[in-house]
Amino acid sequence: MAKPTRQITIDPVTRIEGHAKITIHFNDQGAVEDARIHITEFRGFEKFCEGRLVWEMPGITSRICGICPVSHLLTSAKAGDDILAVEIPKTAENLRRVLNLAQWVQSHALSFFHLSAPDLLLGFDAAPEKRNIFGLAEAHPEFARKGIRLRKFGQEVIEDLGGRKIHPVYAVPGGVRAPLSVETRDKILAGLPEAYDITSMGLEYIKAFIETNHGKLDVFGNFPSLFMGHVTAEGALEYYDGFLRVVDSGGNIVADMLDPKKYNDYISEKVEDWSYLKFPYYEPLGYPQGNYRVGPLARLNVCSHTGSPKSDKELLVFKQMAGTRNVVLNSFYYHYARMLEVLFALERMEELLTDPDTVNQEDYRARAFSNKPHGVGACEAPRGTLFHNYTVGRDGVIKHVDMVIATGQNNLSMNRAIRQIAMHYISDPETEITEGILNRIEAGIRCFDPCLSCSTHAIGRMPMQVQYIGPDGTPLRTKRR
Amino acid sequence: MDEIKTLTIDGEIVSAPSSATILDAAMENDLHIPTLCNLQGLDAVGACRLCLVEIQGQNKLQPACTTRVEENMVVQSKSARLQKYRRMIVEMLFAEGNHICSVCVANGHCELQNLGYEVGMDSVRFDYVYPTKKVDATHERFVLDHNRCVLCTRCVRVCDEIEGAHTWDVAGRGIGTFVVTDLAGDWGGSGSCTSCGKCVLVCPTGALFDKGKAVGEMSKNSDFLEYIVNAREKKQWIK
Repeated sequence: MAKPTRQITIDPVTRIEGHAKITIHFNDQGAVEDARIHITEFRGFEKFCEGRLVWEMPGITSRICGICPVSHLLTSAKAGDDILAVEIPKTAENLRRVLNLAQWVQSHALSFFHLSAPDLLLGFDAAPEKRNIFGLAEAHPEFARKGIRLRKFGQEVIEDLGGRKIHPVYAVPGGVRAPLSVETRDKILAGLPEAYDITSMGLEYIKAFIETNHGKLDVFGNFPSLFMGHVTAEGALEYYDGFLRVVDSGGNIVADMLDPKKYNDYISEKVEDWSYLKFPYYEPLGYPQGNYRVGPLARLNVCSHTGSPKSDKELLVFKQMAGTRNVVLNSFYYHYARMLEVLFALERMEELLTDPDTVNQEDYRARAFSNKPHGVGACEAPRGTLFHNYTVGRDGVIKHVDMVIATGQNNLSMNRAIRQIAMHYISDPETEITEGILNRIEAGIRCFDPCLSCSTHAIGRMPMQVQYIGPDGTPLRTKRR
Repeated sequence: MDEIKTLTIDGEIVSAPSSATILDAAMENDLHIPTLCNLQGLDAVGACRLCLVEIQGQNKLQPACTTRVEENMVVQSKSARLQKYRRMIVEMLFAEGNHICSVCVANGHCELQNLGYEVGMDSVRFDYVYPTKKVDATHERFVLDHNRCVLCTRCVRVCDEIEGAHTWDVAGRGIGTFVVTDLAGDWGGSGSCTSCGKCVLVCPTGALFDKGKAVGEMSKNSDFLEYIVNAREKKQWIK
């Protein structure tokens, strides 16, 4: 392997949740040899949860992130259920499911309409000061308004259940804190028709975009890898409970009906010295061959059906795009998968809300003390599978915490995606790097909708810095925007 | 029989029996003076200094909870100096412990948190100490989190004066002071604790709470004190 002779640094990457730096490494021949996304933050959440009580953990860990606090809340509550050794009431499970679906809707709407739509509607070469939600609102006011409305719907369902849109402490070990009234249920149901309409618009838009730009999208992280996600016992799309399934790039099931509680048996984490974000991989295949993707694209690749009519019909269209492989390899399709999952979430929410158990006013919480020394929770966060693993003393005080975050599991894939994009668009290190090229690299990462505040920590900073670094590590010039 | 004293609190002329404190007189007349360690029904100890007031003719500030009313006393409880000191006291309480309201069981029901709002504490100007403190969850039903303890000693007093068990006490000195059960052993191993829960109900923060409570779920209610004190002293069992 030729020694890298020059680096281009993009720091920080914008319009993702968190903060990342990208370096592009050239070899002696002046060709791109490697590209890396460096996660430069460290938070130490696992460490400072030690000493707290298991009942407090959902409230504490939901503070990891302001975008998907619900995912941490639910996963932590599930780990707590395991430690309490209780089976939660059906009402509690239904309400937790509705909460998770609302989280999918709001997070996917944020990713699709607020963060990625500026690239799609305004173009990768649009002026950076316009290529954001405000520019989108100016150029396509109706599209932007509807996107905001869809996110609002998801956020309001979270508020209806948990009392607040961000960081609701609704799920607790043993169930949920409050029942859902019939009036509130009806209010949520009344919001569904508009949400369906907006989702249809988003789906039609992304399908048309893919159709129009077919050839241009082949470099957005289009590579073989494993895919992992939850499925039901029947192999349907699952988001809260169930089993894990791993499929390969040929659509073959590599492992099925895996117990999420035993994730340590088949997932290992590699540490690289250039990033604080660890690199999980499917252990039986080793590192880095065990590279797998999680999240919307992976979930649709691993499931055989969704189990709900509208989204099942749409899944057929999605699967047709995969051809005979039955899996879609191109990471750009994460955007499509995201909107399809919103459709699924709305359908499933409707089914759950019309279930009489959901509005049961009495049995929504099981109470117990710590009955097991160890508990694992897992569920599907918007960005992929999330694991919380706690070890406690007999008094319920946390001794050890391990959290495996969705974005971390896509770490290897994000690096492969930006390498592919960099190799395609940057051939000569002397060439001026245009905003369009930089944004394509960022957009490659944005396909995964990485949440770096979850996977490491940190609040995002929007300004972008591009740095050229010479062979001896000296910055040659810096470009800011 | 108590004499009736007439005094002025914040410009209001009030009267109170000679056995009353300035705080009693103020409360009787709906005049608010911030408190933290004080709790009606328990002996006053003047520990937190939040109820300090200015008395005309005295240079020294006096705690309203332990200072008796006097004839023609002129009391000021809301001067700029007092408000400045009160904010400093609350800031020091926050800096000295590990108070993270957003993830506390008492979030939204905490007297320290309310005081922070009341004194306008929009930031803490002192360096946080970040002390390493323990959580004692050995009791079957209750938890003691030293990180959130403000050493008001309400738990000590209610256990001694009302329950009569005197399980709680205070050990250590200065910033190293902490509450203990029995001879500073684990609460769960206490032989004197009757598990009545009165200490939990009077604790103003999330330092003492019911095991199993999640963030923001621990609300306290010390109304039982009035009921018990009336029953004991007046033989009136009325809620």
